[in-house]
Amino acid sequence: MKYIDEYRQIEAVQQFIGLIHEVAGSRLMTFMEVCGTHTMAIARSGIRQLLPETLSLISGPGCPVCVTPNRLIDRAVALSRRRDVLLATFGDMMKVPGSTSSLDREHAAGRDVRVVASTLEALELARQNPSKNVVFIGVGFETTAPTVAASILEAENQGIDNYKVLSAHKVMPPAMRALCAGELNLDGFLCPGHVSTIIGSKPYVFLAREFQMPCVIAGFEPLDIVQAVFMLARQVRQDTPSVEIQYTRAVRPEGNPQALKIVDRVFEPCESEWRGIGIIPESGLRIRDVFAGRDAESISVDVEPFRETRGCLCGRVLQGLAVPPDCPLFGKACTPDEPIGPCMVSSEGSCAAYYKYQWQPA
Amino acid sequence: MCIAVPMKIVRIQGDRGLVEIGTTEREVGLQLVPDVQEGDYVIVHAGFAIQVLDEKEALETLALFKEMENLD
Ligand code: SF4
Repeated sequence: MKYIDEYRQIEAVQQFIGLIHEVAGSRLMTFMEVCGTHTMAIARSGIRQLLPETLSLISGPGCPVCVTPNRLIDRAVALSRRRDVLLATFGDMMKVPGSTSSLDREHAAGRDVRVVASTLEALELARQNPSKNVVFIGVGFETTAPTVAASILEAENQGIDNYKVLSAHKVMPPAMRALCAGELNLDGFLCPGHVSTIIGSKPYVFLAREFQMPCVIAGFEPLDIVQAVFMLARQVRQDTPSVEIQYTRAVRPEGNPQALKIVDRVFEPCESEWRGIGIIPESGLRIRDVFAGRDAESISVDVEPFRETRGCLCGRVLQGLAVPPDCPLFGKACTPDEPIGPCMVSSEGSCAAYYKYQWQPA
Repeated sequence: MCIAVPMKIVRIQGDRGLVEIGTTEREVGLQLVPDVQEGDYVIVHAGFAIQVLDEKEALETLALFKEMENLD
């Protein structure tokens, strides 16, 4: 298929692996990918096993479902219990455990929770169910926010007043700043490819300037990833931290101006809580006051007291401070069929990726 | 959540487009890619086209890969 097969040629992958060995030498290097799709792509491709032993690729907070704190899930659960609410969500939120319940359980108990593939489907549900408030759970990064903003504008245009959004959107660069300032010893970021199609390369420049952190925006095919790792290793060796784009076919330095404009019309930055990391300033998006009628925060509900999932290491996994097998529950009490933490629930979660592709039971 | 597969736009009607992936077709929102044209390849995320692929850049990357293969 066009734009796919060309990026999977094994000979070229091997060439890059050779180059990586050459340029990295025996120097210890740790690069973090902050995109769930990269986590899956790297695990699936088996690239980790081909890299020098001294070079590690670790996963960060790149799975939007995983970084969403229990508090938000509890609020969604509470909303679903109102008779006048129809909750619409992407499928990967269904099984994520909140403090005592999940949307899946509420659905089984007869609440009106529907899985949609896009906000346009959620909007359609609102059109068909005028007697209910249709609440879409907006979870995702810069790639998802424009699609949610577009649906709010479309609801405004078409006068669909019963369409609301519970916004838990997050933006990446402030979280990357928090990681740089934290206890982790990182040598570079594999920057998220599709987030960057929207925001471009400029929002990462501070990482190179303030933290001397090499950054490469990468695509998702095996060749994209090995080329990006090579570019990162080269920046480390030459001591030239900067922001480079490997994924040039989809990412322009200025991003997608139309998407950015739509997001800015509907949302404004706010502080936001990330599972495991805590509250990060300016890392979330809230609905602007002009669209207050669209904000599901205005629907009053009693939210149960918040409880952290016991024994789950997701918080540390999301910060790159632990790998899934460090968790005593991994592969035992916690599996994709019966997940305990969000990193195992979401198909983009580190624990799920590790379980599926890299783990051999003893 | 994110389908990292490029899809081809086969038909455009207002702010909706029909994309082709393998043998199936899907409708996507085009609100975020105002300049898209039929025949373009786009990245689709959560039911919307979020960016148009740049053919020239794609070819340049591929040329580099080709060069690499000829190195040895
Ligand atoms: S294995 Fe399960 S319990 Fe352990 S960190 Fe991962 S998701 Fe949490």
